[in-house]
Amino acid sequence: MLRTRVSLVVVSWVVMGMVVQPVFAETPGEILDTFKAEASAGSGFQGFSAARGEAFYKTKHGSDWSCSSCHTDNPSAQGKHAKSDKLIKPLAPSANAERFTDMKKIEKWFKRNCNDVLDRACTAQEKGDMLAYLLTIRK
Amino acid sequence: MTFTVKHLFDVLAAATLVFGMGMSAAQADDDEMPKSKVNNPKWLAECGACHLAFPSRFLPAESWREVMSGLDKHFGSDASLDDESVREITAFLVDNARRKKTSLTASGKWPLRITETRWFRREHAEAASRVKNNPRVKSMANCAICHTQADIGDYSERNIQIPK
Repeated sequence: MLRTRVSLVVVSWVVMGMVVQPVFAETPGEILDTFKAEASAGSGFQGFSAARGEAFYKTKHGSDWSCSSCHTDNPSAQGKHAKSDKLIKPLAPSANAERFTDMKKIEKWFKRNCNDVLDRACTAQEKGDMLAYLLTIRK
Repeated sequence: MTFTVKHLFDVLAAATLVFGMGMSAAQADDDEMPKSKVNNPKWLAECGACHLAFPSRFLPAESWREVMSGLDKHFGSDASLDDESVREITAFLVDNARRKKTSLTASGKWPLRITETRWFRREHAEAASRVKNNPRVKSMANCAICHTQADIGDYSERNIQIPK
């Protein structure tokens, strides 16, 4: 009787734990490796640079917006969509564990946002530099 | 087994049960909100990622089809989605679209913006003049700034608070 109750409690905890703490498909480190493999396929790849990523993040690339227009100059802070004012969760993985853990989602947003900010797709080099920069951000 | 330990497990079991009930009550809420019985998780997640997920009943089916077929150029932003999501969200919006007659715009097209529909402009004529120069409102598409329960699909009069 007591044993049944104990196991019920334990089972409920396990189930709740699974609900409360989702298991992420990939880690930001693995994502970075994927970008690296992509970038290495081109010629002259010499690694990613966080400094270049930071400059890329903060620069307006010929149009009205930069990444920081919505994500703010501090990637560990909450952002706000420049047009709709919708709140955006922090971009840096140190401040938001969900970031850079799902390649499908990452590619969806790079496609959209690179088009909006640069009017073209981003290269694997640019994506890797960006992630390298974001991974240097401490909360 | 002493009473204390047995009692402890009773408390833990009860706490677990209560927590579980709390969770299902919170989830059930979504279905019981006024006017928000129409729901689709994909619509809410994808549309709601950039702006309030506007209710399907605000535009006719023709408008939704057109909006959803041009997501790569979505009012000045690239909002493109994978084909499967586009199909699912379009079907949801079309199935639950506005059924009443909707007038075409001055240029003879289906309205693509909720704010350009005749019903919206009629409903918001007074409010529009009151918030015209308010920087907090910014756009008439910012439903939730006045409709405080818009995120749960409730646009009733009693939940309107126009910012000063």
